[in-house]
Amino acid sequence: MESLNNPDDQSSKPEELTIDQQIRRRTIKAFALFGAASLVPFGVWTWLRAEPKANGLPKTFRAVLGGNEAIANLFLSHRHLAPTFPISEAAKQVRVNGSDGMRGAFDPLTWQLKVEQLAADGPKREFTLLLEDIKALPKYEQVFEFKCIEGWSQVQHWGGARFSDFVEKYGVGTRSGQSAVSADDWYKYVGMETPNGGYYVGIDMESALHPQTLLAYEMNGQPLTNPHGAPLRLIIPVKYGVKNLKRIGRIFFTDNRPRDFWHERGYDYSVGL
Amino acid sequence: MKRIVENKHPLAIRWFHWINFPVLAVMIWSGLLIYWAYHPYKIQVGDTVLVRFFPDWFFNALKLRKRLAEGMSWHFVFMWVFTINGLLYVAYTWISGEWRYLVPDRDSFKEAWLVLLHDLGIRKMAPLQTKYNAAQKIAYSAIIVMGIGSLLTGLAIYKPTQFWWVTWLFGGYQLARIIHFALTIGYVLFFVVHIAQVIRAGWNNFQSMVTGFDVIDYGKPKQP
Repeated sequence: MESLNNPDDQSSKPEELTIDQQIRRRTIKAFALFGAASLVPFGVWTWLRAEPKANGLPKTFRAVLGGNEAIANLFLSHRHLAPTFPISEAAKQVRVNGSDGMRGAFDPLTWQLKVEQLAADGPKREFTLLLEDIKALPKYEQVFEFKCIEGWSQVQHWGGARFSDFVEKYGVGTRSGQSAVSADDWYKYVGMETPNGGYYVGIDMESALHPQTLLAYEMNGQPLTNPHGAPLRLIIPVKYGVKNLKRIGRIFFTDNRPRDFWHERGYDYSVGL
Repeated sequence: MKRIVENKHPLAIRWFHWINFPVLAVMIWSGLLIYWAYHPYKIQVGDTVLVRFFPDWFFNALKLRKRLAEGMSWHFVFMWVFTINGLLYVAYTWISGEWRYLVPDRDSFKEAWLVLLHDLGIRKMAPLQTKYNAAQKIAYSAIIVMGIGSLLTGLAIYKPTQFWWVTWLFGGYQLARIIHFALTIGYVLFFVVHIAQVIRAGWNNFQSMVTGFDVIDYGKPKQP
């Protein structure tokens, strides 16, 4: 098309081009452009593979997944409840799908729950509780569809105390050490670990305080069995199964994102549902 | 004698089309990485399994095993590109009026049957058409409905608590996952037919999706 600006160049005036020449030129031009554009996916692929990794994923992916998490948090509400089912629909054979952090000898009778507040400023608070202390809190039964990050799901029946009742009763989770005086009073995260520290999760406070989040000690109306996390486990329907830590040994509150077993292995941190 | 017919496919539509190609490929591939972690689907009549999704050799050949975290990361990054590109395409066809060529009308379903008979070589004459024939109109509109279905069923299994009503709308969490999967199989079938038709239609039809113009050749008698 440059020839339009050059009247002396008679030979390449567009009207002099035959239809076939026009077709040829425009075809070559368009294919060159789209062909060059097709290099973009290859470039993206190469670039992503060469990029430094953060917890098993390219940093760009971590950034986008962090953005997804921020968007998801806008929708996270304590009024959005996981649908519940009648007890009759709950599975009798509850699927066991993980034993990380539960290997080795363990005596449920000597078990104690360690609770800590890791404040950047101020004294560190630490105490232990027995299962009786958790059972003394109001008991809730919950039948919901437990969802594994692998894709399977199962309607299951759990019983225990609300996590929100636990923090309220023991004045933990807040910097003031009492009932939250404002939304800012809450620590940002709850961390949990198995007694041997082999499995660990971090949960945002908003999800931990969700009314369906339970410190569960019963399954199908019976005390928890070992494979299901006796004596006390987390049931958190706003998260995939990986966050439903079994055999809780330690609970701590912090503003720094606690380490998380599966996040270190390439999964999203939040895995909220 | 040949004539160039300008603007068969507007530039925007060509870009949306070609961007969608690698992006959908990434979504299907990463979707398979996710699906492997729980892959119970099959088509069964009585005790006979007709199709298993998928046999071991398939997972092995494509190296799909034990890559769930990787699959989820690709899926939840590229879902944005897929969504935005799709929304822009729909918005463009709407605003430009291009939708008039694409949305089927009352006669399209009857005509599509005649197109099918023609394409299979059973019928000599194909019905008169504008830019797209009736079968194309139905296919290209259906693929958009399928895309919307993928986004909604995707949301239903991505955030089934926060968007429990979307999950409920699709008959629950597991049914939503099945529909999400079935739609993907639908894309693959669409792709196979699409490629076959593009090959059948020949070079001039294909090049118009890149260059945007069509060439009408008066030199030879025009096929009806």
